[in-house]
Amino acid sequence: MKINGETVAKCLLTAVAFSALASLLLIAVFIFKEGFPFMLKVGISDFLFSSTWNPQVGQFGIYPMIVASLYVTFGAMLIGAPLGVAGAVFMNEFLPRPVMRVIKPTIELLAGIPSVVFGFLGVMVLAPFIRAHLGGPGLSVLAASVILGIMVLPTVISISSDAIGAVPNSYREGALALGATRWQSVHMVTIKAARSGIIASIILAMGRALGETMAVIMVAGNTVKVPHAVTDPVRTLTANIALEMANATGMAREALFATGVVLFVVIMILNGIALSAIKGRGGKK
Amino acid sequence: MRYLSVQVFSAALLAGVVLLTGCGKPREGITLAGSTAFQPFAEKLADQYMTTHPEVAITIQGGGSALGIQSALSGAAQVGMADLVKLPKEAAALKSIVVARDGIAAVVNPANGITGLTLEQVRGIFGGTIKNWKEVGGADHAISVISREAGSGTRSSFEQIIGGVTLTGDALIQDSNGTIRETVANDAHAIGYLSHGLINEKIKPVTVDGVSCTEKDIMAGGYKLVRPVFLVYKADVSPACQAFLDYLLSAEAQELLHTNGLIKAK
Repeated sequence: MKINGETVAKCLLTAVAFSALASLLLIAVFIFKEGFPFMLKVGISDFLFSSTWNPQVGQFGIYPMIVASLYVTFGAMLIGAPLGVAGAVFMNEFLPRPVMRVIKPTIELLAGIPSVVFGFLGVMVLAPFIRAHLGGPGLSVLAASVILGIMVLPTVISISSDAIGAVPNSYREGALALGATRWQSVHMVTIKAARSGIIASIILAMGRALGETMAVIMVAGNTVKVPHAVTDPVRTLTANIALEMANATGMAREALFATGVVLFVVIMILNGIALSAIKGRGGKK
Repeated sequence: MRYLSVQVFSAALLAGVVLLTGCGKPREGITLAGSTAFQPFAEKLADQYMTTHPEVAITIQGGGSALGIQSALSGAAQVGMADLVKLPKEAAALKSIVVARDGIAAVVNPANGITGLTLEQVRGIFGGTIKNWKEVGGADHAISVISREAGSGTRSSFEQIIGGVTLTGDALIQDSNGTIRETVANDAHAIGYLSHGLINEKIKPVTVDGVSCTEKDIMAGGYKLVRPVFLVYKADVSPACQAFLDYLLSAEAQELLHTNGLIKAK
């Protein structure tokens, strides 16, 4: 029996690739199996749209947390997206190449900072600042948005910057040859040409912000209440799962899996949009 | 089919390794899991015990009282630690001992002028009917109520002892005694509650009905916010585990608990 190295390598790689796919499938099946029957039992609309969360006495409404997740994510995008895109444009269009080659990896290093460190900064610096200057308890929508906005910067900058870098130089040359100023060529030609990549970077960042847990638990205050101001504390979907998982039994545990289902669906939708946006960019090249 | 068998084989190998390291001789493993409030004390006692009994390896895990009981039931841990006023029904199948008692202190920021509250005021603040410090004689500023998450042993004990109150929806939630302490230490208008053994200079415990949360007053029985720390275990625990449990109730271990800020069981 002769063992063919080629075949062995192929089998091994197939097994590894298959196991990655299988774990995704298993996670999805498991979460749905644990969470979905619960949603049907409580009633999907009751679960999604009622506002009292008190698992000990059987009240399971995650509406405030859905709202909180959306607010915090939206806030993070409001801060992270303009900063990130502007940073990417600046790096690609205005910085000399050698400088950019130093700065880009440095920014990407930001992605390597553990989220608990961001959370710690938020608790120690940002929350007291907000408490002193804007009122409220400090731990708030605003604090979470700012921290997440900074955390998503590397995602936005690096993907946008790749998209901008992929715009053929002939586009810029054409614009300049027609008499456009540098800024005109940037915002009328380059950004337009890289648009789908920039959108994809923002949507991916949105997924990251929505899924972030540790930093958010530390800075958002975790109050189950629909916020009325940016200084109000909130609890996001991810924070809810992480906070209560350790102590939850029975129905309360199922409720957390159901929270996971909601989160899973939202993130799948976002990723779907991101994928199609990236596909659009591929077509243009 | 071949790659499937590779997978099965590697899974079996992994399981084998885990099992071998799990129950490898000569050190016998004992796992305690549960209450985060008792966890640091259990770690100290375990370290102490292991210096004289090198043949056992004791692992202390947190996770909360409910998880402690669950782990003892499922066998994930030999011993569950639960600091509850009363053990829940599912713990009836387990043996239990009270290893210590623990006061729950209501704590405020040291910058806060309040030094004492009545039980009624504590109930009002955590129930949300008292929203401003001036209503209890303090400065005119909104109260930031800080609580543990639903299901926490400290929280359920606290709620049961102060009685007849559902936590205000405005409360900030933190998921451990340590983060409660940090949050109160950072916010001049906050009030929270935590295990008496974890009080430090960054926060200030207030008296409840005029009785301070100190060891002396807890022992004398005057302080109201006290709960027992239970250890729950199956009747057929290993001899090594039983020996450790006996040690925990010994005068030496109780003295160690005492010097570290907990209250003796008896």
